[in-house]
Amino acid sequence: MWTFFHKLGSPPWLYAISGSILRWLLPVTILALAVGLLWGLLFTAPDFRQGNSYRIIYIHVPAAVVALAGYYVMAIAGAISLIWKMKMADVAMKSAAPIGAALTFIALVTGAIWGKPTWGTWWVWDARITSMLILLFLYLGVVALYEAYDNKEAAGKACAVLSLVGTVNIPIIYKSVDWWYSLHQPASIKFTGESTIDPSMLYPLLLMITAFYALFTCCLLMNMRSELLKREARTNWVRKLALGGAQA
Amino acid sequence: MARTAGSDPERQPPGALAFCLRLLRRQLVLAVRRPIEIGNPLLFFAMVVALFPLGLGPAPDKLAGFAPGILWIIALLSNLLTSDAVFRGDFEDGSLEQLLLSPQPLYLSVLAYIAAHWLMTGLLLALVSPLFAVMLNLPGGALGALVLSLLLGSAVLSLVGCIGAALTVGLKRGGMLISLLILPLYMPVLIFGSAAVQAAVNGSAAGPYLAILGAMLCLAVALAPLAIAAGLRISIDA
Repeated sequence: MWTFFHKLGSPPWLYAISGSILRWLLPVTILALAVGLLWGLLFTAPDFRQGNSYRIIYIHVPAAVVALAGYYVMAIAGAISLIWKMKMADVAMKSAAPIGAALTFIALVTGAIWGKPTWGTWWVWDARITSMLILLFLYLGVVALYEAYDNKEAAGKACAVLSLVGTVNIPIIYKSVDWWYSLHQPASIKFTGESTIDPSMLYPLLLMITAFYALFTCCLLMNMRSELLKREARTNWVRKLALGGAQA
Repeated sequence: MARTAGSDPERQPPGALAFCLRLLRRQLVLAVRRPIEIGNPLLFFAMVVALFPLGLGPAPDKLAGFAPGILWIIALLSNLLTSDAVFRGDFEDGSLEQLLLSPQPLYLSVLAYIAAHWLMTGLLLALVSPLFAVMLNLPGGALGALVLSLLLGSAVLSLVGCIGAALTVGLKRGGMLISLLILPLYMPVLIFGSAAVQAAVNGSAAGPYLAILGAMLCLAVALAPLAIAAGLRISIDA
């Protein structure tokens, strides 16, 4: 247990292990995304009221779910780097922010595209939509704060504090559709009790959510690897890697 | 040094609370010596209030509808603009570093800074807000809710704003960044603050919204000083 914990703090080990994880996770992710998209877009029945336009949920819902979960990943990584001073947690936090921002942006854009034919408007100032916009700003704030510091060690700590402060907003965003009954529908998928979505639509959606989680993990690991190489550019193991790569 | 100071009863280091009050007094004295610094947020408030009838048109009923939101947004902006300066002076002349090195609990010291900031901006803005509310045709029945919501809400704004100030105090170009960091966190306060006034305008109870603002204040008083203290330590090290 402890050796694993110590190894986690070693950049070359993390670089190697993330490489071997990516080697199988990346093809699996791409396969799951392809299967989920084809299943959702081609092999499910159209919704009886919304017709075919509902199919955007196969991107919208997974992106939104993972965007929220990504904030927790970032904040928890930030907390770990503040409390135990683990450099690798700092790398993870820094790498998670832009991915989360991108996913939030995708969720907002797909929601707007879906809203135009369904609600008749691109944008409403509804609780869920507004709070997702706040989430985007929170992510962008972390990215901007990191860029503003010249001292990257301090930048990591400052971003960790900021992302922890921002977690106050996350339960509000998550629960906003239940607390303020508004234009955005409440959650259809429930862990407890009956889901209000037909199984034939639910299974491809669950597959897509899983695939998006895997996609988030892949992007996070790839971002972390490039950040590791950047930070450790002057060390022996990176030099050895670069020379070895040139020969191979 | 502490030992020799301790042997002399006259130079006993002050207790945590006494130190906190002294710090608060110092901040207030510093502010009172530059009265224009206290006047500026009020002047800003007055000027931005004047912008809205120019931009939206002077129709009284229209302005009355927007008044709760307008007043709250201006209070929020003037809070944002002043929070940038809370730690900057003391950071630049080194007294903040001395404060961090001192054995006094940083939690309480930070609260003293925030209290001074709130007394000089939030409290004053809340007290003069009825004047501007009347200028914007806000119904008289909503004035109480406006003042109460601003009193509670601006304290939350000061606490949260100081988190941003602490994180950016060491940066040369902090001004724009602090708004990006802090505005998302201000939004919940704005929602409930203006909702309280709106409820009073519509004749329903503002109490529930004020209660939520009070709950936010409790949470912020308990947690924000921790984040501010951490932010100040990071900024001093950077």
